[in-house]
Amino acid sequence: MTEVVQLSGIRKSFGGIHALKGVDFVLRSGEVHALLGENGAGKSTLMRVLGGEHLPSEGEIRIDGLSAVFHRPADAMQRGIVVIHQEMALVPDLSVAENIFLAELPRLISWREMKRRARDIIQRLGFDIQPQAMVRDLSVAQQQVVEIAKALSRNARVIVFDEPTAVLSVQDAERLLTIIRDLRDQGVGVVYISHRLDEVFRIADRMTVMKDGTTVGMVEKSAVTIDDVIRMMVGRRLDALFGEDVPREIGRELLRTEGLGRGNVVRDVSLTVRAGEIVGLGGLVGAGRTELVRLIFGADRHDAGRIFVAGQQMRIRRPGDAVRAGIGLVPESRKDQGVVLDMPIRVNATMARLDPLTNLVGVVRRRAERQAVDALSDQLRIKASSQDAPVSSLSGGNQQKVVLAKWFHAEGRVLIFDEPTRGVDVGAKTEIYSLIRRFAAEGKAVLVVSSEHHELFGLCDRILVMREGRLAGQLMPPDYSEEKLLKLAMTSNANAA
Amino acid sequence: MSTVTKPDTRRLDFGDLMHRYGTFVILIVLLAVASMLSDVFLTQRNLMNVLRQVAATGLMAVGMLFVILTRGIDLSVGSVSALGSVVSAVLVQQMAPGLAIGATVVVGAACGLVSGLLVAFLRLPAFVTTLAVMTIARGAAFIASSGQPIRMGEAGQTITAFGTGFVAGVPYPVLLMLAVFVIAGLVLTYTRFGRLVKAIGSNRDAVRLSGISVSRYEVAVYVISGILAAAAGIISSSRTGIGSANIGVGAELDAIAAVVIGGASLMGGRGSALNTFVGVFILGIIANLMNLANVPGYHQQVFMGVIIIGAMLLQYGSSFFRR
Repeated sequence: MTEVVQLSGIRKSFGGIHALKGVDFVLRSGEVHALLGENGAGKSTLMRVLGGEHLPSEGEIRIDGLSAVFHRPADAMQRGIVVIHQEMALVPDLSVAENIFLAELPRLISWREMKRRARDIIQRLGFDIQPQAMVRDLSVAQQQVVEIAKALSRNARVIVFDEPTAVLSVQDAERLLTIIRDLRDQGVGVVYISHRLDEVFRIADRMTVMKDGTTVGMVEKSAVTIDDVIRMMVGRRLDALFGEDVPREIGRELLRTEGLGRGNVVRDVSLTVRAGEIVGLGGLVGAGRTELVRLIFGADRHDAGRIFVAGQQMRIRRPGDAVRAGIGLVPESRKDQGVVLDMPIRVNATMARLDPLTNLVGVVRRRAERQAVDALSDQLRIKASSQDAPVSSLSGGNQQKVVLAKWFHAEGRVLIFDEPTRGVDVGAKTEIYSLIRRFAAEGKAVLVVSSEHHELFGLCDRILVMREGRLAGQLMPPDYSEEKLLKLAMTSNANAA
Repeated sequence: MSTVTKPDTRRLDFGDLMHRYGTFVILIVLLAVASMLSDVFLTQRNLMNVLRQVAATGLMAVGMLFVILTRGIDLSVGSVSALGSVVSAVLVQQMAPGLAIGATVVVGAACGLVSGLLVAFLRLPAFVTTLAVMTIARGAAFIASSGQPIRMGEAGQTITAFGTGFVAGVPYPVLLMLAVFVIAGLVLTYTRFGRLVKAIGSNRDAVRLSGISVSRYEVAVYVISGILAAAAGIISSSRTGIGSANIGVGAELDAIAAVVIGGASLMGGRGSALNTFVGVFILGIIANLMNLANVPGYHQQVFMGVIIIGAMLLQYGSSFFRR
């Protein structure tokens, strides 16, 4: 077994953010090498560097011992390196055969030749897909096979799989693992990124664990247990971000869902949040947390289950229904969904409840509106030149405060935060935490989705953990540890936690 | 990965200024050129003439502005105005003028309602949807008129009186157009409706996730556009007293051009009634100038296109070349 890829001292920064801080990584041919770490540890960035999508700021890439510089994905492919991303790079309206040979289509296409070669490769993978079928019509698993076939058609010697089974059913995932083993036996070097640790332990030969943009260590599978790996991924961090908690009285139930679901994205979720309570929703990216809160808020329509607010069943089919029921959502993507960037702070802050500020003919009473927004700005300490300044002129933290202002003004009873501090600087984070607490202290129910575990631990009275669309379990304060949370989020034998 | 927001560097440079006030610069340049080229141009009589000629376009441009602000487009306005012209001419023979006008407006609203429902609820692309409504309305106009011009005659006297009358030297149709522009301006600046229409065009998702029924507003703008287009049709036939299925061919393009010259963004969210009015006025001046300068009809079309491109370059081009 030879070392086909050697990455040493790889650094990569975006703006001021150091995504990779000197990473070493070695891949042999004929091995499956798992790359592990929490969300944001830098796994995908590292593989983008290897695949030629990012030029590293520092460090060296060696392929077969020879130094290489990849300016674009084509350079990496030239050397036999192919990265298969979760969001696949196929053209839906072309046939399977055309997709496989997309990069090397001859000027004049011989369909017969192309179909024959495509069929050969697909059969080598043990699948039966018609080369002339449209990619659009294939299942996700079949599309993945086409991606792999595309890689093989270029004589790939290194294939990187980024979360390949996340979107697959159990049977399809099983078949994919078989294909990967075959590839390994044929001498291909496979990098395997996955959050499913039990799966990783079945297929990987070696593992490299990353955390905060560096490698924690490289281990042989036979030498470690799942718990060892989780401990490596988590490490230790301390935060004094959260400040003082205000005394809160936990009252009656304000939000309850019963068997809430949509397709297989969210399945059979029953939860309650009480007045004055802050409940966290933990889990991995893609576990269905955002999808769940969008159902509660009516941003997407649920096809199973019921939603109760203050004990009363509510028909929530669109966001307007939720707002009338007293629910607010601070969405995950602030700029796309939280604020209208080009419009003034004032307009954004009052948008969810204009009625009390509007007269009979629909004219907005400017003075009343200004007073209301002034009060909100003071309360939330929004730093802006004036309330007529467009939201786009504010910092991320202040933009987020405008979204909070909107829901404070709406005076709901239930407020849902989806990644409330994403892209927000440390100072504003602390302020947002204390605002969330104050909201709860006023006797309202708060649900917080966060991928930052310490945020959940610091803020929440209890944490519900989701895995693959379902509630996998609940953590209460004495049990707050990243090991326990990850175990619930990542492994199917969750009861052992 | 987190992104880093760039600090807000707001410099007052030429491109930015042109982008914001370009419409007015173009107007001033045009007025200067026009008054040099022709002694007649700056007379009140001629200016009123210009305004009267753009009255119908102006009404359609207001409707178009509302639609474009939501990031939509309404290609049916020209045809709906033809339908309005024919329907009003037919109905005025059979009922009181007020009723006939009311019924015509309802027909226009219905056309807009069809487009609006399809676009807002079924999420069909506005371009194709209103293109279909455009041919339907034009066809309906031909059917209703049997392809013949329809004289309003005696029965339509009230309408023709409106079309040819003045108050203090200002033709009634011009007054109507100005009133509609003023109302549109007030609605956009001071009402919840206007504010949310702009917000929807700027970020539909964020507005929806604030609990606002976005579809209702989207339907409403197409209905407004249909009503104003039908009204434009009545105006067009009010001067001659003839309803015709042939009017308003290509009028949607004039309306769009006026809105865009007025600095509105086809991506929604940006535009104002005042600027759109200036856009309409600019189109009127160009046409008037070419008439005064005896440019033949076909050449006028070519010039018009060239001048519109020039106006756009002035507004957007400078920021493009800066990059």
